[in-house]
Amino acid sequence: MQTSRAPGVAFIFKKALISALVALVLFSLMIGVRTEAGSDGQLTYWTRFGDLAMMVATVFGGSIVVELLRQWWGPVGTVRVVPPQVTSALSFAGRLVAPVLLIFTFLVPVIFYNERYILDLGILVLTYVMLGWGLNVVVGLAGLLDLGYVAFYAVGAYSYALLATNFGLSFWICLPLAGILAAFWGVLLGFPVLRLRGDYLAIVTLAFGEIIRLVLLNWQSLTGGPNGVTGIPRPTMFGIPLSPGDDGLAAKLGIEFSPTHRIVFLFYLILALALLTNWVTIRLRRLPIGRAWEALREDEVACRALGINTTTTKLTAFATGAMFGGLAGAFFATRQGFISPESFTFHESALVLAIVVLGGMGSQLGVALAALAMIGGFELFRGLDQYRMLVFGMAMVLLMIWRPRGLIGHRAPTVFLERNQAISSDLVKEGHG
Amino acid sequence: MDYFAQQLINGLVLGSIYGLIAIGYTMVYGIVGMINFAHGDIFMIGGFIALITFLILVSFGLTAIPLILLVVLLVSMAITALYGWTVERIAYRPLRHSFRLAPMLSAIGMSFVLTNYSQVAQGARVKPVPPIITGGYTLHEGSGGFVVQLSNIQIIVVITTVVLLALFTWLVSSTRLGRDMRACEQDQTMASLLGVDVDRTISMTFVIGAALAAVAGMMYLLYYGLVDFFMGFVAGIKAFTAAVLGGIGSLPGAMLGGLLIGLIETLWSAYFSVEYKDVAAFSILIVVLIFLPTGLLGRPEVEKV
Repeated sequence: MQTSRAPGVAFIFKKALISALVALVLFSLMIGVRTEAGSDGQLTYWTRFGDLAMMVATVFGGSIVVELLRQWWGPVGTVRVVPPQVTSALSFAGRLVAPVLLIFTFLVPVIFYNERYILDLGILVLTYVMLGWGLNVVVGLAGLLDLGYVAFYAVGAYSYALLATNFGLSFWICLPLAGILAAFWGVLLGFPVLRLRGDYLAIVTLAFGEIIRLVLLNWQSLTGGPNGVTGIPRPTMFGIPLSPGDDGLAAKLGIEFSPTHRIVFLFYLILALALLTNWVTIRLRRLPIGRAWEALREDEVACRALGINTTTTKLTAFATGAMFGGLAGAFFATRQGFISPESFTFHESALVLAIVVLGGMGSQLGVALAALAMIGGFELFRGLDQYRMLVFGMAMVLLMIWRPRGLIGHRAPTVFLERNQAISSDLVKEGHG
Repeated sequence: MDYFAQQLINGLVLGSIYGLIAIGYTMVYGIVGMINFAHGDIFMIGGFIALITFLILVSFGLTAIPLILLVVLLVSMAITALYGWTVERIAYRPLRHSFRLAPMLSAIGMSFVLTNYSQVAQGARVKPVPPIITGGYTLHEGSGGFVVQLSNIQIIVVITTVVLLALFTWLVSSTRLGRDMRACEQDQTMASLLGVDVDRTISMTFVIGAALAAVAGMMYLLYYGLVDFFMGFVAGIKAFTAAVLGGIGSLPGAMLGGLLIGLIETLWSAYFSVEYKDVAAFSILIVVLIFLPTGLLGRPEVEKV
């Protein structure tokens, strides 16, 4: 329909040629030349013009393909009229997604009982779902941009690890303690940032995350430094260990012991924790405090004018989000049996934030789907080894360009008059601090 | 006292490098209002390109150090500037009018891409270079045998920074481009109505920021004698901290913040512990922001309902 305005072959060709030229300059030294320190410490270099030519050709071809795709898709902003039947069918299907997904998740250990890899992946995805839901309270609901969420994850993990290895406390005592400690750190971070807005808040939370990591790395006597904490006890089923011994769960139930029991137990444990996070968040959103969070996100000045105590509102958001992060951290520690500061880098914070934003900020289902897509996708590229992060970064950029508002761009309001109308997330001002 | 003077010199040199990177952050923030997370990696790329150009020139038998330095500076500035331009074009321009978090996440993604691109392209190992500029001056010989030294490379880093800053201040205050940049900073819609090419101005901002980062990368290479693919992250965070400390959006603030962070880091390592130098820098950032929520020289944001 846009044929009259569609640029011709010459235009596409010219554009591709320019892209290729830019690529040639960009890659000329970085790919065309390879440096390496020799055995005597002297740097040497050799040329790789074949690789360079291949990269430039790829950019040339890619540019043509992208341009053709863009023409086929039509100009940005074209309104696509969707027939109402399709819309209603889609919304009906959309309402089914959450329950179907939940039932499927419950059945995963049954279906894939013998597939250790899938169970492990499921546990990993659920951990990130829980982290995403936890951060969603801070970023999605209260609109406070937190780039150091991993700090609370680390606090939770180290709380459990240190309490369990030093004092022999059981997982079920440490779990709430880890949550409380993380929440305490959340409040501690919350105080200095109360007056900060937007990007100042972002950098302070990022700095906080780095401080926690650096302290964990350097406080050798307490945390073991870069070596981490080893021999963290495995969780027990309320005191009954999942071990092959006589007092183990298998022996008590009179069934044959299998290491899969523990994996399945861990799976249901993290599922329960994640669902707890979800349930608490949904309940809190209906309470005055949750409403205050959302009001704070929309407009802080109006919030204050209405007599909402922004201090308590911000601090509770930080504390609640941090608590869930801490619980997830304790779970992470007990699952791994070993933790080190390496697991708590900025990369994790960025990943969880990406999950929240990609999930549409504030949408619980969106966050779960985004976690599945990101972690699942990340696992798909495991074979690519060193290219994995490269692909991951590119995917993040492309997803943001494709859906800046996240996978699920609509969500139901918590308060409505007469009719429940979905709000487009374009209308929501978020992450403003 | 002598020891302190020496640390002061070291801190100022390190601070100059941070300041150069911080200008890129603060400039982009002032105009586009986003944190360019990939800027630290642009700095790293600048270091790598300087290293490779240097190796090639030396292997061609060039021996005149000033000539080599000049060529390396120009090549790394030019190519790194193109990196800055490309990053803006690919990852930020499509998100120009999107909501605030989208370009930031896209920038984080871009930062991962650049880090791993150089890891894949140049290998993960640290690349050391032999000292290129040697020699220096002894400023003061203390009674205890402690010598305060000012090496030539330190002089070069400081002079380059001062010259670039002067050039840059002139550019922003007295050229057409600088006026366009300030106009875009105030109101992009109005600027475009008055005939300012906003897209081009923003592109140029990224180009200039990247060129300054390239200089910082080259100085880092000369000063520390090594580059590696991961150096962009830490330097980037420090420089961003510097920009925020000085008041983000303010150019003198970025330089001041850079110098402060450099000094804090050096003095802390000298008198307390090397391990906690970053903790000290970040803690001071937090403390400063508690009392001055918009940084040292930042303008308070007026919020209207």
